Amino acid sequence: MKHIFKIVAILVAISSIWIALLETSTIPRSYTWLLPIYLVVALGCYGLFMVGFGLMFFPTCPQEAILLQQDIVEAKEFLAKKGVDVGSE
Amino acid sequence: MEAAAGSKRAYSIIVPTYNERLNVALIVYLIFKHLPDVNFEIIIVDDGSPDGTQDIVKQLQQVYGEDRVLLRARPRKLGLGTAYLHGLKHASGEFVVIMDADLSHHPKYLPSFIRKQKETGADVVTGTRYVKNGGVHGWNLMRKLTSRGANVLAQTLLQPGASDLTGSFRLYKRDVLEDLISSCVSKGYVFQMEMIVRATRKGYHIEEVPITFVDRVFGISKLGGSEIVEYLKGLVYLLLTT
Repeated sequence: MKHIFKIVAILVAISSIWIALLETSTIPRSYTWLLPIYLVVALGCYGLFMVGFGLMFFPTCPQEAILLQQDIVEAKEFLAKKGVDVGSE
Repeated sequence: MEAAAGSKRAYSIIVPTYNERLNVALIVYLIFKHLPDVNFEIIIVDDGSPDGTQDIVKQLQQVYGEDRVLLRARPRKLGLGTAYLHGLKHASGEFVVIMDADLSHHPKYLPSFIRKQKETGADVVTGTRYVKNGGVHGWNLMRKLTSRGANVLAQTLLQPGASDLTGSFRLYKRDVLEDLISSCVSKGYVFQMEMIVRATRKGYHIEEVPITFVDRVFGISKLGGSEIVEYLKGLVYLLLTT
């Protein structure tokens, strides 16, 4: 199934619950009208939280840059000895 | 050195290059250093670099053998997807590894890709920067923010089945890679995303190994507004077609 259909199906399910709530008035209508706004705000909060969380714990590896420089020096030495032209870029 | 006629390798490592004169030498050295007991070949797909990348590859062939370092050049820049396809045509390995030549993908992780595949029998092993023991170096706050935003968006909307969508350090079973390339149409790094999303949708077994990513040691990293637009277009395309 195309993924967009899954998302549309979820949206249709949510809207039908919402319409049902509007029709049956189990909770006051003025509240029900605001529910979609709450949903959008909640989604936005989820997104911001996930991005913020990911940013706070973003895995970094400064030591890897140093190790790579050592590898480069080692590789250049070996290759120069073998006659590979690594002197000029 | 003489190439053994019709020799089969277990692993073919495809490295597309364009003006990577120095890097290609370094990466070949590092691959041989980290895979001492593995039956592999390196296939360099060079898109007519004017900086003499191909001369360096020929010198490397003198050191490591023409049957281990293969040069399969193309006349000019023809895109990443077709570069893999071109390399694949000349690959004899049962498994194919794809990696960048610019040393942002370090060959020291190759043994962990191979081990993971052997342990799990996976169809695709993909390197991920966003887990424990993985990581990125050389990104500023803006770059990290865009990356996280893009990732959250894709994970929520696409459920792609992998934590690192735009990384391209991956090991594939040969026939799986052939199948995926033939069904992917995107360009650039959206192509990498499309490959892994389609692999998930087709039900292939995907495993992940942590890798670190040191960004462009000899270059300037680039991520502008047009890349973000391309990414969003790719996301919509994948939503509609997978």
